[in-house]
Amino acid sequence: MEHVIEMKHVMKSFSGVNVLNNVSFAVKKGEVRALVGGNGAGKSTLMKILTGVYSIDQGEINVFGEPVHFRNFSEARTAGISMIFQELSLIPSMSVSENIFLTCEPLRNRFHIDKKQQKKQTLDLMKSLSVEVNPSDLVSDITVGNSQLVEIAKALAMEAKVLIMDEPTASLSDRETDILFDLIGKLKAEGVTIIYISHRMGEIFKVADSITVLKDGSTVSTRDAADTDIKQVIADMIGREAGEEYRYKPRTVGKELLFSVKGMKVDTPVYVDSTDIDVYKGEILGLAGLMGSGRTEILETIFGLNSGKNSISINGNNYTIGSVTDAVQAGIALVPDDRRKKGLVLDHSIKENLLLPALKKISRNGSIRNDIVSDFARTAVSDYDVKTPGINKQISLLSGGNQQKVVLAKWLSLNPDLLLLDEPTAGVDIGAKVEIVEMIRQYADSGKAVIVVSSEIHELMAMCDRIMVMHKGRITKEIQNSKDLEEERLQYEIQHEN
Amino acid sequence: MKSNTKTNEMTNGRIPLRPGITDTFKEINWNKYIVYIAFVGVFLFFAILLQDRGFLRMSNILNITRQTAMISIMAIAMTFVIATGQIDLSIGSVTAISSLITALVLNSTQSILLSVLVGLGMGFFIGAISGVIITRLNIPSFLVTLGMMSIAKGFAMWITNTASVPILNDRFNFIFGTGDIFGFPILFVWTIVFAIIGHYALTYTPYGKKVLATGGNEQAAKYTGVNTKNIKFLVLSISGMAAGLAGILYAGRMQAGRYTYGEGDELSVIAAVIIGGTAMTGGKGSVIGAIVGSMLMGVINNGLIIAGLSVSQQMIIRGFIIILAVAVGSKQKK
Repeated sequence: MEHVIEMKHVMKSFSGVNVLNNVSFAVKKGEVRALVGGNGAGKSTLMKILTGVYSIDQGEINVFGEPVHFRNFSEARTAGISMIFQELSLIPSMSVSENIFLTCEPLRNRFHIDKKQQKKQTLDLMKSLSVEVNPSDLVSDITVGNSQLVEIAKALAMEAKVLIMDEPTASLSDRETDILFDLIGKLKAEGVTIIYISHRMGEIFKVADSITVLKDGSTVSTRDAADTDIKQVIADMIGREAGEEYRYKPRTVGKELLFSVKGMKVDTPVYVDSTDIDVYKGEILGLAGLMGSGRTEILETIFGLNSGKNSISINGNNYTIGSVTDAVQAGIALVPDDRRKKGLVLDHSIKENLLLPALKKISRNGSIRNDIVSDFARTAVSDYDVKTPGINKQISLLSGGNQQKVVLAKWLSLNPDLLLLDEPTAGVDIGAKVEIVEMIRQYADSGKAVIVVSSEIHELMAMCDRIMVMHKGRITKEIQNSKDLEEERLQYEIQHEN
Repeated sequence: MKSNTKTNEMTNGRIPLRPGITDTFKEINWNKYIVYIAFVGVFLFFAILLQDRGFLRMSNILNITRQTAMISIMAIAMTFVIATGQIDLSIGSVTAISSLITALVLNSTQSILLSVLVGLGMGFFIGAISGVIITRLNIPSFLVTLGMMSIAKGFAMWITNTASVPILNDRFNFIFGTGDIFGFPILFVWTIVFAIIGHYALTYTPYGKKVLATGGNEQAAKYTGVNTKNIKFLVLSISGMAAGLAGILYAGRMQAGRYTYGEGDELSVIAAVIIGGTAMTGGKGSVIGAIVGSMLMGVINNGLIIAGLSVSQQMIIRGFIIILAVAVGSKQKK
């Protein structure tokens, strides 16, 4: 019984389309295995088969050496396989301890939940995970980071032997990420097997023992993390030598000042010094820094989302920005960081999402002409290369990358002079990343200015002409990008206060 | 400003594991208590305004508990329905049909046990049908139970051709309507019994947690191993059964089965549950709140009648009070 989990020759298709094609996947006890691949590569499907959410068409699954056929998630959970979901599987209106022990409450008799015991066990779990959360706090009241850790506690309460984590750090701060990685180390030492799904290469190499790459429903490679590097993995993922496109291309930046703000006051709980920012025509400016360094706050203030007024100039005209309406009128657009919450109406179609900010542009005499709207949406979909069977498809059914393209298209259709982007490629696979970066470059080329906030250094280095590094609300460094800029240097500036 | 941020970080980083008094105070969710405050306020208002007209007389107070028993019992079950994010509009009609069936069976067999079982079974059956349609065909409960409301009412009118069915069995009428135990109306005793069961089930049993989880985040509950379809089916069936019991109690109190019972009760019940602090979107529920909410509605009805307002005036004022109470409650939430 060397392998804890052994999936052999797994086949799965949905309505005639092969999603998994003869995938084999095996993990040892106490191993941390990263599972990577573009959106649509089959990672989620494979894991959903392992956890009983989907049935298997062909192939076999052995868990602890025994063949299994899980019919639903709870069967897999009882067998010791737990999955921690990207969309948290916690109930916001219930307390931490109620969530952890939901469906496996300690009972005093057949009906009566032993609340004291439940609280005590929760505290013990929290202590073993070094998380400081009050068991009776509602989940809606704790931080996203802590809820991720509570989710892990929930899996451990069921004595999970195999823990599947789907993009666990997507919404964590750096400190919380560190706690998570410590925890993974601890679990590994206790013999828990971890399958770690992520788009973030840096993390994968920090935490994983081995890496399996999936592409188009087949396994491309499984390598020891020690014997490979980021370049190799990315090459496996996109199937060609990684990313000429994803490297900085020197661009011609105009001499004319497009956007300027002096002594900007940022009125938010995160302290930000009064700030000067100039951006030139055709320029892409990056804001780098850790979470809470004030990056997002600067974007939001420029866009009028925070209280207080600021004077800015765009193309030589002066504006006072006190609200989002002011900002939009001045020709500013913001693509927010959380597309599911702030960027899209998930239940609506692509078309409906696209036309929201452009309502004025496409209505005639106060009514919306369907043919104009459809033309407008079709143009946007083809211009921005959104992969979809049609403009009436519900947006939540698209992959993350295509959703993000729609968000971008939605704002670019307004043709703003200054485009503000907050984490434009978060949760997007590498192929779509390359396309989005190219879209942004082209937009800047048309004589506009762009300010990008991103946690991903590679992305900033690929896209920006100039990078401002922020630290605790101050701009501490300004770096002109070039082909020779080294990642280590930028990383150093971000991590160190000077 | 800078120092401010720092202190914030400090307190955020160190959350006390054992809540102190201040934390306990902070943990109080004031929205939960709005119904009690409203109840006391309205009660005092009528007590002062109507002190000469016998509002505070014991007989009147006991009468209020009699009048609200059916609403309270249905509200207890409805708390579970709304806590799962569903709604049951059919309860008023179920009440009517159950009162008639119970009366018919009782009159033909003289068996109290059998007639009560048939009345409860009828309610459970109708609730279960709604539950099956909602969970198997994935149709919103609002629409299914709206249809069921009409179907059940139609049957109730059909079985006796809209004639009422008098009940002459005194024991039945005592147990389910007119009786008193130790000076308390038996209807009030029924209410208390179901309140205890309902509160216990929601607060202390795994079943209650599954109900709240289903309404709080259905997807998450499913992925935790909660059979959410089963839970929805159960809460609707039990709501039907509670409406069946309410029909039996109406029959006992009025000593007859009649198709007009329960008309409009669904609205009073839903209002009572929401005012009582159960979230319309599900995930949060309070059985005790729902009962006090029902009592509040009862006190308002009773007070307005004693004040000599016409039925039409009562309806208008009741509507305003419902909106006001829900508005205050939802404002507190933020």
